[in-house]
Amino acid sequence: MNYWRKPLDIERIKLPRGKVYLIEERCKGCNFCIEFCPVGVLAASERFNAKGYHLPYPQNEEACTNCGLCEVICPEFAIYSLPRDGKEEEPRE
Amino acid sequence: MSQVEKPTVVPLEHPRESLLREERLPHIWCSGCGIGTALNCFIGALERSGLPLDKVAIVSGIGCTGRAAGYIKLDSFHTTHGRAIPFATGLRLANPELKVVIFSGDGDLIAIGGNHFIHAARRNIDMTVICVNNFNYGMTGGQAGPTTPAMAKTATSPYGNSEHPFNLPYLAAASGAVYVARWTTLHVRRLERALTEALLKEGFSFVEVISPCPTYFDRMNRLGEGLDMMKFYRESSEIAHGLDPRKADIDLGGKIIVGKFIDIEKPTYLDFQQEIQARMEGEPS
Ligand SMILES: Cc1ncc(C[n+]2csc(CCOP(=O)(O)OP(=O)(O)O)c2C)c(N)n1
Ligand code: SF4
Ligand code: SF4
Ligand code: SF4
Ligand SMILES: [Mg+2]
Repeated sequence: MNYWRKPLDIERIKLPRGKVYLIEERCKGCNFCIEFCPVGVLAASERFNAKGYHLPYPQNEEACTNCGLCEVICPEFAIYSLPRDGKEEEPRE
Repeated sequence: MSQVEKPTVVPLEHPRESLLREERLPHIWCSGCGIGTALNCFIGALERSGLPLDKVAIVSGIGCTGRAAGYIKLDSFHTTHGRAIPFATGLRLANPELKVVIFSGDGDLIAIGGNHFIHAARRNIDMTVICVNNFNYGMTGGQAGPTTPAMAKTATSPYGNSEHPFNLPYLAAASGAVYVARWTTLHVRRLERALTEALLKEGFSFVEVISPCPTYFDRMNRLGEGLDMMKFYRESSEIAHGLDPRKADIDLGGKIIVGKFIDIEKPTYLDFQQEIQARMEGEPS
């Protein structure tokens, strides 16, 4: 992540890390998640779903802070984030 | 004989899934429509509020927004056009244990249902009204309604609307609402917080959610797609907590004043009823 001013406690504070999941068949390609992710994790992919909507993908997943903004701004209940560590790591079937 | 163990794959699901009728998804709303975001924030607020979910009922009328009741896993009622509030009033009075929420559109609540709206607010009936305002009747093809800004183009005002719109926070406050807020579908965190406060407020609480309708209103006014509207909200919203709501008019393309305008205490309809009953019981016969 790029900081405009490096926080003094950056060495001590552990930033939460997240992983984003997409329920592809629900997405309608509105791009809200891509535009409003505060750290630019998401981008539009070339792939599209059965209805022809272009899907977002995590181009920069390392930066995800698990803030959950994509999850709440998505009108389709199609995208969400979970903490990166632990058993939630298993991929969605 | 030892068996090869399969790793346990934890089935993942959307965190809101427990409150969604997910078998009905994807929903009917267009790409870039804001109603789904408003519903998403409402579900978040419901979780934050800590209200017992078996004591919450959601009532909608007719319209695109009115479909919301059908996607949420609560006791939900899809009533006739304009009649969500009287239906909800009956629910609330017949079962005072219930928390009753109305989730509907500007046309349903303020045009055909306008009289029910002002009188429920005047009586201070304990309910939360969430109005998704997309400035037109989306479901029926984008006709002008009572929140359509002056000069805006719609299916029934192709050269421009010659009526003044209602300013909903002002209407709600003047009618007697004890909690009044307005946010847009961009302000997801603040909206979720306002909806939580409204849910926990005793009396008639009202939250207006300004939302894109890319298929009709936004297209007819050349405002772009849902994403363009969200960017417009980012540039043109002004937070003004505590502002006199009469100053919160919305003009086409103008700034959108958002915030919490009213948060007061006042006896509710049921408070008065209980007091009357107690007096009657105390009186010598
Ligand atoms: C008695 C009656 N009159 C008219 C209609 C047609 N009608 C259906 S939805 C609607 C307006 C919906 O507008 P709004 O509440 O703003 O919802 P939106 O679709 O914009 O979310 C109208 C006029 C109806 N269903 N019933
Ligand atoms: S959780 Fe937050 S940081 Fe991660 S992708 Fe979503 S919006 Fe971006
Ligand atoms: S916000 Fe939801 S519907 Fe829109 S592009 Fe992202 S995942 Fe798809
Ligand atoms: S017509 Fe408008 S309000 Fe209805 S679902 Fe489509 S965008 Fe949303
Ligand atoms: Mg409408």
